Amino acid sequence: MSTSMLLLVIFILTALTYVVGRSRAASLRKQSTSMHSLPRYYGYLAAICTAVPSLILLALWSAAEPVLLKSSTIGTLPAEVQALSTGELDLVVNDIKNIATGGISQSADDPVRAAAAQHYTESRASSRLYRTIAVLILCIAGALFGLKKINSGTRARVAVERAIMIGLLICSCIAIFTTVGIVLSVLFESLRFFNKVPFNEFVFGLQWSPQTAIRADQVGSSGSFGAVPIFAGTLLISVIAMLVAVPFGLMSAIYLAEYASSTVRSWAKPLLEILAGIPTVVYGFFAALTVAPLIRDAGESIGLSVASESALAAGLVMGIMIIPFVSSLSDDVITAVPQAMRDGSLGLGATKSETIKRVVIPAALPGIVGGILLAVSRAIGETMIVVMAAGLAANLTINPLEAVTTVTVQIVTLLTGDQAFDSPKTLAAFALGLMLFVTTLILNVIALQIVRKYREQYE
Amino acid sequence: MNKENTIPALDIDQQTPNEQTIEEIVASLGDTVGEARVENPKMSVSGVDVFYAEKQAIFGVDLDIANNEVISMIGPSGCGKSTLLRCLNRMNDTIPICRVTGEIMLDGEGIYSKDTDPVLLRARVGMVFQKPNPFPKSIYENVAYGPRLHGLNRNKADLDDIVVNSLRKAGIYDEVKNRLDDAGTSLSGGQQQRLCIARTIACSPEVILMDEPCSALDPIATAKIEELIDELRENYAIAIVTHSMQQAARVSQRTAYFHLGKLVEVGDTDTIFTNPKHELTEKYITGRFG
Amino acid sequence: MTEQTRQTQVQAMSDTTIRVRQSLKKRYAREKRFRLFGMIAIIASLTFLAVLIISITIRGLPAFKQTFINLDVTLDAQTLGVDETADENALRRANYNGAIRNSLLELFPDVSSRKEKRALYSFVSKGGQYDLQAQVMADPALIGQTVNVWLPVGDDTSGYLRGHIDTTLPEKKRRFKDNQIAWVEELRSNGQIETRFNSTFFSRGDSREPELAGIKGSLFGSLLTLLVTLTLSFPIAVATAIYLEEFAPKNRWTDIIEVNINNLAAVPSIVFGLLGLAIFINFFQLPRSAPIVGGLVLSLMTLPTIIISARAALKSVPPSIRDAALGLGASRLQVVFHHVLPLAMPGILTGTIIGMAQALGETAPLLMIGMVAFIVDVPTTLTDPATVLPVQIFQWADLPEKGFVEKTSAAIMVLLGFLILMNATAVFLRRKFERKW
Ligand SMILES: Nc1ncnc2c1ncn2[C@@H]1O[C@H](COP(=O)(O)OP(=O)(O)OP(=O)(O)O)[C@@H](O)[C@H]1O
Ligand SMILES: [Mg+2]
Repeated sequence: MSTSMLLLVIFILTALTYVVGRSRAASLRKQSTSMHSLPRYYGYLAAICTAVPSLILLALWSAAEPVLLKSSTIGTLPAEVQALSTGELDLVVNDIKNIATGGISQSADDPVRAAAAQHYTESRASSRLYRTIAVLILCIAGALFGLKKINSGTRARVAVERAIMIGLLICSCIAIFTTVGIVLSVLFESLRFFNKVPFNEFVFGLQWSPQTAIRADQVGSSGSFGAVPIFAGTLLISVIAMLVAVPFGLMSAIYLAEYASSTVRSWAKPLLEILAGIPTVVYGFFAALTVAPLIRDAGESIGLSVASESALAAGLVMGIMIIPFVSSLSDDVITAVPQAMRDGSLGLGATKSETIKRVVIPAALPGIVGGILLAVSRAIGETMIVVMAAGLAANLTINPLEAVTTVTVQIVTLLTGDQAFDSPKTLAAFALGLMLFVTTLILNVIALQIVRKYREQYE
Repeated sequence: MNKENTIPALDIDQQTPNEQTIEEIVASLGDTVGEARVENPKMSVSGVDVFYAEKQAIFGVDLDIANNEVISMIGPSGCGKSTLLRCLNRMNDTIPICRVTGEIMLDGEGIYSKDTDPVLLRARVGMVFQKPNPFPKSIYENVAYGPRLHGLNRNKADLDDIVVNSLRKAGIYDEVKNRLDDAGTSLSGGQQQRLCIARTIACSPEVILMDEPCSALDPIATAKIEELIDELRENYAIAIVTHSMQQAARVSQRTAYFHLGKLVEVGDTDTIFTNPKHELTEKYITGRFG
Repeated sequence: MTEQTRQTQVQAMSDTTIRVRQSLKKRYAREKRFRLFGMIAIIASLTFLAVLIISITIRGLPAFKQTFINLDVTLDAQTLGVDETADENALRRANYNGAIRNSLLELFPDVSSRKEKRALYSFVSKGGQYDLQAQVMADPALIGQTVNVWLPVGDDTSGYLRGHIDTTLPEKKRRFKDNQIAWVEELRSNGQIETRFNSTFFSRGDSREPELAGIKGSLFGSLLTLLVTLTLSFPIAVATAIYLEEFAPKNRWTDIIEVNINNLAAVPSIVFGLLGLAIFINFFQLPRSAPIVGGLVLSLMTLPTIIISARAALKSVPPSIRDAALGLGASRLQVVFHHVLPLAMPGILTGTIIGMAQALGETAPLLMIGMVAFIVDVPTTLTDPATVLPVQIFQWADLPEKGFVEKTSAAIMVLLGFLILMNATAVFLRRKFERKW
């Protein structure tokens, strides 16, 4: 039975148990008055007993199946194939899977692989069969158990509520699991990468050319993984972005919070929010198609040579994308500065701008800095704009008119397209991902801490 | 704060039917009792009405503020004391819906006239607020803020002098002289309020307006501030809003009693407290409402 | 007060006045400048928004129109290479292109050289043959007859007809030559060229030919992906918010969860893509390019957004309501599910819509899990290979043909249309149900 079919069956059984359980509880309630809870809670309880264990089993089985299938398939292969590196082995397994599912494969007539594919298909089929049987048995057993529990001795509401509480608790842990998942996925692959390329070479190396050759005897087959040019490129573009976003975002926020009439405010704020809601791929398209040629032409008209994928174009558009982010965070902190502070300054004869510059901004500074740090972390992690408007060339330069590349661009280029999963090239993407995650995490933690402290100060 | 227009009527006078509008009640209060004018006034308020959007908060007030004298403004909550006080240095400009008509003069010049600059005016007419509001800067910077803005000092030494003198005049110098670089907010409430007074003095204003300067303070800090106000009288014209009648009696030479935005009675503090002429004034100072 | 002291006092006072007066002009100039900067900042940001939207609209609008050419195509069995008795497969593979070419040649009998022929053939899009194919397969009796059909024109021709080709350039430098111009003009004057609404754009999947490429595939991909995202993230986020806001004891563990959620909200989206690749695809062996994986990744990504707004919505329900319900003997869970949650629902929905809008516009993590493949078919199940609208935009943006620039802009307009619709709904919900307790 297919997974969706199985799910449907479980659902129907669950609904059935609910209805049966409820009506049985209702009739019991008519006979004796000592039932603890309302009939529907008995229905819920029975339904939970039916659905939850079988769903858990189904999920576990489905998660484990591909992994087990893979190892058992590998087990049928001859020893010399098994001795291959993990990456090559993955390719072989993929190929076998392709044969098994009737897809295209170059080596369909290789008898070893055909046999393995046969094995794969068979074990898969039997696994599916056992899965269906096991899940259905558990489902029905659960239903019977749940229905048996319908008597005056069961405190159904309490039990149901406890189950719900456990469910809530598990849901709230998913955020933790996600973080753990991120850390594990980037950390493991990164460690494998650092086994092949020394950490120092990665972090301090000045040469980035991950294109490993296809044949081992080709010149420069190893590729070099010095990430400094990438870090520098990321930094350059982020700096340009912040140079645009901070002044414009901050001044917009100041104007909206301190000067603008309420009508202007009620129009400008949503419009800025639209700016924030535009998908980054749209900015990327705009940067590549409109801004970059504009900058190149402008540069050439004054005699500068500008790369068609200049850091400037990407940084500029990224800055514009971040303006509303900076402005809304700054707006929040500026409006949180108590009016008494402004009154004090105005009462001494300060002009509005003097009050803003000398009292409001210094008072709001921690919050603003927190917001800017968050914006920096955004700029560093921004992907689409740079993928579309910045280049792939890992130049080590601070000239914004040249093309540079960034961490995110490299991750995307290294991971899109088909390649063996554990070539250094692929693993390098995870190492870059680790760097990205750690950097943004540090920035975020600091920023959120500052902002939180700031909020408490004026609450 | 936002009392319904008709509710105070019940408090004042049981006979007044409660559907009376605030305008009618104000009209029934009659003319101001007592002498609103003085010789050589520093500031003089004539026929001032103040509106918050459509709502009128001050009704035709005439009042003089004299040099070297403290005038206290008393009256029930919401009667417009703060509003009038904030008119005197145009702090009301910062409230967009607030509109002022009538005339307020400083040294014979209308402060709402075109040639008067609010920045200059506020440098000349300083204000101390109800809640101490030191800036999130050092004590020194708090006091130096005004002089720096207005360019009152020629050099750093000048500025130091101004800061030290202002702190001295505000009677807080001895307490803070060793910690001028500490944050202004690190001081106690009473100290903060005196710091705010020092900050105001540092601009060498001519008039000081104080809006319930002691309401957030304990009795000892209050006593210190009252003492200070008395000393400051030598050099400045001072107007103080207060809810404490004892305080008004202790620090002020003249007292003005407001009710529902109307100046009901004004005169020498002694006379007002011993022999009020208006029925409402009497009720208020004997504590029967307010 | 003696005249003397008064005098000195006035002297002293006027000192301040004089100094303030001196500085005033400068200070007001600074004030004006500062205010101006603020205004410039706002105006610049909004101008940018306007430029972006206008430039994309101008580029994209033509893509909603398509030009057709009217031809009398003779479906003789000889050209097609099949007759009406042929089976379905043979019919599918018949040479419709030849028939179209013949009918073009009939219109311009003088054309003889190979080069000229090729120029003429380019008038009809390669997709023309599929239209014909569909007609014939629906009614094989058409073979042997002459049918009058409107077929989409090719990319260059449509570029010329829309004025994208600069005819003042020397012939060598343009893709559309003089003889082609003459032919097209002749066709036009005969009423054989017509521009209509481009339904292809909404009814087809991706294609290598710009005039055949449509967004139906990616739109369905987005829909399926969002469906997964919504069904996963909404209940989990609401459950998390309820737990944290209503039940969680204030301890270290809760604190960690909270910090975690706030941090997750700021983790770059591409990192979620790495997670999806390593865990869902490589570890759990889920299929690449599938909406289910995309939905999983996006739901992890949108969870924090929805949780944060759901918590805010729950927090804004006043405690008095909880107390009242508790006082009537309801259990804490009943209070939450019967009273608090319904009241907080508009706020939660607003947050959810905003989260979904975010997910709809997201590209980077989906590139990581292989949703960037060239996929022609419209996906119908959660495990079909699929792409989504933003990724489609990304792919088209890379293609050099003029037609694809138009298509990209048009796809962006569709995407922005959806996003604006979603955000407007969110704003509407917020306004309508905003309650001041
Ligand atoms: N910013 C404002 N907007 C609208 N109305 C206001 C504003 N400030 C004050 N008011 C109204 O003006 C009237 C006078 O207020 P004001 O603050 O002057 O009273 P007050 O005498 O200082 O009272 P308190 O003793 O409580 O400080 C009140 O009715 C108040 O509601
Ligand atoms: Mg007041």
